[in-house]
Amino acid sequence: MNMVKALNDALRVEMRRDERVVVLGEDVGKLGGVFRVTAGLLEEFGEDRVVDTPLSEAGIVGAAIGMALYGLRPVSELEFADFVYPAMDQLVNEAAKYRYRSGGEFGCPLVVRTPMGGGIKGGLYHSQSPESLLIHNAGLKVVCPSNPYDAKGLLIGAIRDPDPVLFFEPKRVYRANEMEVPEGDYMIPLSQAKVALAGTDITLVSWGAMVEESIAAAKEIHEQGLSVEVIDLRTLWPVDIQSVVQSVQKTGRLVIVHEAPKACGFGAEIVAQICERVFLHLEAPPKRVTGWDTPFPYALENEYLPLRHRIVPALIETARYS
Amino acid sequence: MDLQQNYSTTTLRSAAKGGVMKVIDLDGRVDPTTDPRLEVALVTRIYREMVRARLIDERMNALQRQGRVGFHVGAYGEEASIIASAAALRPQDWLFSCYREIGAAFWRGFELQSYLDNMFGNANDIAEGRQMPDHITARRNHFAAVSSVIGTQIINAVGFSWAAKIRKEDVVTAVYFGDGATSAADFHSGMNFAGVFKTPTVFLLRNNGWAISIPASRQSACRRLVDKALGYGVPALCCDGNDALATYATVQRAVSSAAEGKGPMLVELQTYRLGAHTTSDDPTRYRNESEVERERKYDPIRRLRLYLENLEVWSQQEDEKLIEKIHAELQAAIARAENAPRPAVASIFEKVYRDQPAHLREQQAECERGPRAR
Ligand SMILES: Cc1ncc(C[n+]2csc(CCOP(=O)(O)OP(=O)(O)O)c2C)c(N)n1
Ligand SMILES: [Mg+2]
Repeated sequence: MNMVKALNDALRVEMRRDERVVVLGEDVGKLGGVFRVTAGLLEEFGEDRVVDTPLSEAGIVGAAIGMALYGLRPVSELEFADFVYPAMDQLVNEAAKYRYRSGGEFGCPLVVRTPMGGGIKGGLYHSQSPESLLIHNAGLKVVCPSNPYDAKGLLIGAIRDPDPVLFFEPKRVYRANEMEVPEGDYMIPLSQAKVALAGTDITLVSWGAMVEESIAAAKEIHEQGLSVEVIDLRTLWPVDIQSVVQSVQKTGRLVIVHEAPKACGFGAEIVAQICERVFLHLEAPPKRVTGWDTPFPYALENEYLPLRHRIVPALIETARYS
Repeated sequence: MDLQQNYSTTTLRSAAKGGVMKVIDLDGRVDPTTDPRLEVALVTRIYREMVRARLIDERMNALQRQGRVGFHVGAYGEEASIIASAAALRPQDWLFSCYREIGAAFWRGFELQSYLDNMFGNANDIAEGRQMPDHITARRNHFAAVSSVIGTQIINAVGFSWAAKIRKEDVVTAVYFGDGATSAADFHSGMNFAGVFKTPTVFLLRNNGWAISIPASRQSACRRLVDKALGYGVPALCCDGNDALATYATVQRAVSSAAEGKGPMLVELQTYRLGAHTTSDDPTRYRNESEVERERKYDPIRRLRLYLENLEVWSQQEDEKLIEKIHAELQAAIARAENAPRPAVASIFEKVYRDQPAHLREQQAECERGPRAR
């Protein structure tokens, strides 16, 4: 099963299990979503639960917040993460703060799914990775799976979570590979990172589409006698920093790979937390391999992305530092 | 009441029901009561540009299928709404658009070669390959840079036209957007600001019936999208956007009104998206082919050609000559664009700001020094 099918399966499982789950967004009904993640849901669950909305991200998220306050479990889709910005006010000022400002009287159990990242020649407005902006605004949870199995389990986990969850789907991975995904119900709890590849010399932290690139890079330098431990964060916020701490205590070296620009990217937060917690374990300066501090270009997208050609030298440099 | 009056007095007299301005019927015959009596040379030029736009579209779709360009947004069936509206602007006026109105830029002199350089994202492209195909910049032609984000250009165009008003310059700004965009927040801001500040803005609502898979009927509970203008105190007109003469006359009226200092106007151009949303779309998943078949008979190009033929100012031979000329022009431009080099790595790091800051100089050096993507 590829990631698109796995996500579709997760939505079906939850919609069958829990009548309160509704899906809303642009083109999610008849078309089944521009990436087909919601294909067939309208036919199975009907127009009240699978809703094609007018073209307004603020409307989609704002209405979903209202539904969540009433007691539904809305799953909103934004067509591209680049279009999260028109919904930012609703996300940051409403969804993120409802519980806090009501002293816990209201909760906002809402999922906002959105495809993110580069790799499909989407240019400036179909490639962005805005995860750190949402993390920075306390009150939202942020998830980003890297493979079909995790995508299904995490989406189910996100729908069952009592708080608002931004669920970023790496569109480069959507149809890139197939893997065994169990039928039916299983859930991956949020805030649990996973060791995607065990190793001893360097800790590499990544998420989303860059996990696969990182693993490929790690395998490539394995031949040079370097053993890289790849940690897939899976949930970015609240982050499972303990998994990273444990790994760095073992390796003493840290490389972070993400697509978003470097400045104030989530990698900066990981580096800061590791320095605060286990500074004395570090044997090399932590290194970030990221998108550049520019908008995301169309023609040269492979020069922009932190693909393995940039990960490998960063790993070698970090390993050799003494 | 007041507004209602304002609204109805500005609705053009029309032979058709529902206040939709029409001139040419399906056989190319004109309604003498609405005929704007345009000069033949002008109408012929509009016709030529419409044919050119369609042939360019067909060619881009083919190039996309062959994997030579990455993506294309066509305007099949919407040529009159785009080109005849642009034709009604004056040379000093400006246009903001979304991704589907390249034809309007061509009308204003945007070069085919520049277009193809954008389509191929090469080093000669005005934006040096930074933007997706069909996302052009044509400043020289008074045409703003296209964004993919739906609706954002609407309020920008209002600010632009407002600035001209503040500077007391005789410039009208027209802004294209789709039926889907009327649901976006920036449509509201744009109409509202324009109404309050009486800016010289012409809102060109190109209603092609669909926003990807969502029919226009689901964007609003208004019976007609043009009715939205009432709530903003902005006068509005509605025309058959597949009728080049009606489109020209209606938009020209809005432009004159704005130029005379009477403030903004909304024009709904009723057209139909005969093609897919983009080359990434498959409309058979959500749209009945019989609807498309029904709409085909309103083809704006066919109607305008019949009109010109009825006047005996256009012939089959001229059509053939025109098509041949456009094909030759396309072939040359495609070859040049396809053989041009890729943009330099520097293009990633330049023009983020006017002056490149130190951190981007550093990142550019790192990228240029480093290994290349495989
Ligand atoms: C803010 C935003 N949301 C969603 C999209 C995805 N999208 C691209 S085009 C489109 C439909 C636009 O429809 P309309 O405004 O009617 O213009 P048309 O494509 O029909 O010309 C959508 C939803 C987008 N580009 N921007
Ligand atoms: Mg439309």
